[in-house]
Amino acid sequence: MVHLTDAEKALVSGLWGKVDVDEIGGESLSSLLVVYPWTQRFFEHFGDLSSASAVMNNAQVKAHGKKVIHSFADGLKHLDNLKGTFSSLSELHCDKLHVDPENFRLLGNMIIIALSHHLGKEFTPCAQAAFQKVVAGVANALAHKYH
Amino acid sequence: MVLSAKDKTNISEAWGKIGGHAGEYGAEALERMFFVYPTTKTYFPHFDVSHGSAQVKGHGKKVADALTNAVGHLDDLPGALSALSDLHAHKLRVDPVNFKLLSHCLLVTLANHHPADFTPAVHASLDKFFASVSTVLTSKYR
Repeated sequence: MVHLTDAEKALVSGLWGKVDVDEIGGESLSSLLVVYPWTQRFFEHFGDLSSASAVMNNAQVKAHGKKVIHSFADGLKHLDNLKGTFSSLSELHCDKLHVDPENFRLLGNMIIIALSHHLGKEFTPCAQAAFQKVVAGVANALAHKYH
Repeated sequence: MVLSAKDKTNISEAWGKIGGHAGEYGAEALERMFFVYPTTKTYFPHFDVSHGSAQVKGHGKKVADALTNAVGHLDDLPGALSALSDLHAHKLRVDPVNFKLLSHCLLVTLANHHPADFTPAVHASLDKFFASVSTVLTSKYR
């Protein structure tokens, strides 16, 4: 469970409302694949990931980024029960997808960087701290059912 | 991080004392790692990781043999581990955090079986050795 102050909750929902969520999703996932190329191991079926521009323009990456960010957005509505919200996704990522939870931490930081990139000045240290709590909570929730 | 002459002596001597048990210790370290850090199993969905598994035994020996080779080339770890470095970078792509987990389990295993020889100085040298091997294995990741 993440503990955000009322001020932090307001910051998170306020700033989230200002961004193009789909773009954040695409950018975060693309960045993950470019900055940490070993994460491409899960996406060999996505076609051309051979260069940064290939990744950033890849339609499947964008589509998947959208899927992931919408799921993340769902978490933002249930900050008091992230483990419950992500329970079946956690099982899926362990049992079927075999994704090392370290990847959730890496992606969480890519989301933070994408937000910073888009929000500029408004993404203050306070805002970052609040979002860092959220991405850590989501990553832990997604790792919770691993066995 | 640089391995001093003393580190190299400690590492060679410690590994020498392991003798023919290296494969067994490699398997034990893997078993410990899979149990204590279940997320590491995500890299081995095709393995039976239960106690006594032949696959874990085989893989433990593989890991131990690579470490034995590394011990024989402490002056040129990048050279000795070059092929393994390529493999991990381009094919296996194990997230770098996991190397610390296996290194820790290797230390736990060695301390467990050789308590008298596992002095703080030897522990430190071995920790540096495993860290150096891990660095080489992840050096071509990007």
